[in-house]
Amino acid sequence: MTLSEGPATVPLLSVRGLTKLFGSFAACSAIDLDIAPGEIHALLGENGAGKSTLVKMLFGVLQPSAGQILWDGSPVTIASPGEARRLGIGMVFQHFSLFEALTVAENIALSLDPRISLSRISDEAASLSKAYGLPLDPKAHVADLSVGERQRIEIVRALLQNPKLIILDEPTSVLTPQEADRLFETLFKLKAEGRSVLYISHRLEEVRRICDRATVLRHGKVTGACDPKLETPASLARMMVGSDVAEVHRDGETPLGDTCIEVSDLSVPARTPFAVSLKNISMKVRAGEVLAIAGVAGNGQGELFDALSGEYPVAEDEAIRIRGKAVGHTGINGRRLLGAGFVPEERHGHAAVPAMPLSDNLLLARSQSDRKAFLSAGFAAIVRHDAIRSATRRICEAMDVRKSGEDPLAGSLSGGNLQKFIVGRELDRQPAVLVVNQPTWGVDAGAASRIRQALIDLAKAGSAVVVISQDLDEIFEIATNIAVISEGKLSKAYPAGTLSLERIGLMMGGVHESHSIPEAAHAYRA
Amino acid sequence: MFEAILLTVITASTPLVIASLGELVTERAGVLNLGVEGMMIMGAVCAFAAAQLTGSPHLGILAGILGGAIFSLLFGFLTLTLVANQVATGLALTILGLGLSGQIGEAFVGQPGVKLPPIVIPLLSDIPFVGRVLFSQDLTFYLSIALVIGINWFLFRSRTGLKIRAIGDSHASAHALGINVIRTRYLAVMFGGACAGLAGAQLSLVYTPQWVENMSAGRGWIALALVVFASWRPWRVLAGGYLFGAVGVGQLHAQAFGVGLPSQLLSALPYAATIVVLIIISHNRRTTLINTPASLGKPFVPDR
Repeated sequence: MTLSEGPATVPLLSVRGLTKLFGSFAACSAIDLDIAPGEIHALLGENGAGKSTLVKMLFGVLQPSAGQILWDGSPVTIASPGEARRLGIGMVFQHFSLFEALTVAENIALSLDPRISLSRISDEAASLSKAYGLPLDPKAHVADLSVGERQRIEIVRALLQNPKLIILDEPTSVLTPQEADRLFETLFKLKAEGRSVLYISHRLEEVRRICDRATVLRHGKVTGACDPKLETPASLARMMVGSDVAEVHRDGETPLGDTCIEVSDLSVPARTPFAVSLKNISMKVRAGEVLAIAGVAGNGQGELFDALSGEYPVAEDEAIRIRGKAVGHTGINGRRLLGAGFVPEERHGHAAVPAMPLSDNLLLARSQSDRKAFLSAGFAAIVRHDAIRSATRRICEAMDVRKSGEDPLAGSLSGGNLQKFIVGRELDRQPAVLVVNQPTWGVDAGAASRIRQALIDLAKAGSAVVVISQDLDEIFEIATNIAVISEGKLSKAYPAGTLSLERIGLMMGGVHESHSIPEAAHAYRA
Repeated sequence: MFEAILLTVITASTPLVIASLGELVTERAGVLNLGVEGMMIMGAVCAFAAAQLTGSPHLGILAGILGGAIFSLLFGFLTLTLVANQVATGLALTILGLGLSGQIGEAFVGQPGVKLPPIVIPLLSDIPFVGRVLFSQDLTFYLSIALVIGINWFLFRSRTGLKIRAIGDSHASAHALGINVIRTRYLAVMFGGACAGLAGAQLSLVYTPQWVENMSAGRGWIALALVVFASWRPWRVLAGGYLFGAVGVGQLHAQAFGVGLPSQLLSALPYAATIVVLIIISHNRRTTLINTPASLGKPFVPDR
């Protein structure tokens, strides 16, 4: 009388009908999720799909409005992060919950049993970090560490509590590819030890590479559960976005017009010891053209953007011309008045003030260049709130910016939505010249394709567009011509169809002078 | 002569050190309480009244501590529970304290005070010079030194102190780790109030054992400046407290000797010195990050 094969393994964590309401807005509605012991489970979704809200409920930071959480098959209430840790749930946050003023060991000590001495924590953290290939100095102050090192603290902190489930929220969004590879090795080690990992991401390739199962969220609801290794990026994206991610169209060649922005023999010395100096940069962008500037981060992209935008005017007035006018000495607003628009790389604090609403951010950027539209005539220059509000609404509609409320704080938008707003803020002026630095960095697939399409459409309408980007897929998607920046030197611009990936790779590595252009057969775009 | 001056400096510096240490703990937890002057004067009047009515200066000290702590609860309730602006609330607390203490103290104006007796430590007090200066002092002096050592140990060696520093650095992260931010801040605010009250009690029971309206005479503000001057470090509070105390005493002696230095200039010295220190520490991003409580003065509302 043997019993049947034994019950199917009880999931380590089950979520049934979990719902979180903020006012009338359902950030998560009726979520079901099962995580088996020893699996790497992906939670996929676009920015704003409700992933972060869900994991905050699992970690006790937020309380669910309805639904149930089962741990090892029995229902639990996770009232606080402390409770979650006692159950065996560890968490690595997307925005690190680290204290800059404290040392690594002190940071770790804060989430552990207070009876354990600091020196013991230092020792254990050091040995653990060695075992998992996450080198760390326990005595270093967090303020002095890189982003990758800070993430290691979070991981080691979670591991020290010997958790059965580790939740990682967008862990690779801040890492270099090499750091990401190291992280994956650590995750495989954890899996081999029988621990489960809940891996939150919107990066499809990554999820297919390391995850055993995936649950897909959209607008706060589960839209699919699958084995990501059996899916294609396109099919995963469809579950995430709800429809096929709009492919970027550039039907037909646009006839090129007059030169709109021209740089001739521009050299700029480095402003700080860590900056790159620009050396003899020349480029020319005509109406209807998208010039993409490729390069590995830190090769002078930021410095070039500063020179083009006028954030730091350059010594030689003639070195930069916008629509024929020498503007080297002119500041940002002067250049904007000539019909140029600029989108810097940093969303928070540079392109937008996070603590101000969208309408104020709009006014800040355009109070000079669109003075007539937003300010009353005369000396008093009273702000015309109705005009600004309607412009904000227009931009949000044009770029499909998803937000809560009429005019939320810029900082409350997800990265992708804020970026759409910032790009839309410039596009709304129909600039004759647009210079964008890293237009889709850290942005989800749907928002990225929207932004890229908008840039192409702008060029088609007769503007000159300069895109500085590290994303080669993006560059090949939108560029008419491609130049490469390396060590502050800019290569000649080549038509996009004539360049292969390998060749760009070589150029990014600093091999500039090559006499033959590879045949189009090797070209990335067939 | 020198010994006499030294003894006055100690008496003048002790309330600055005590009040400043309390505010240091409050600020390390990320709360900026500008009401030190108000809490100090409330401590002074409570201490004087209790000592006068009971005849016991020690009960007076206790009343001063309790008076300051209870008065600071008002600040805690407004800024932590109702999330009012800390700067405005702190200023209001000072104004309220000055007025309220005048009201309470009306009956005690001109009454003879009770002086806190010195505690002469056997043997140690027999050491020539040092013994009379350091080991024949009253309770508040010994307490001030014990507080410096104790708070330094507490903040930088104990786990609770670590939590306080963590909250001061980033209350959102501390909350995410499950630390009770509001409760800890209440305790830190009350500790600050208790210290300010003790400092006030020293004024009305040791420094000038009588009740005079507004007798704190701006010492609360100097204590506030001192926290910044000390870049939020207890030992530097001790050093700075004695520096500022000596400047105050020197100012009186200079006047007595008819030195032609305007007294206003000397009274401004602590604040000028604080500004210089601020410039020095803000020059280096790293020292600022590591020493200044990053969430100082910022309101905290946990998301639930």
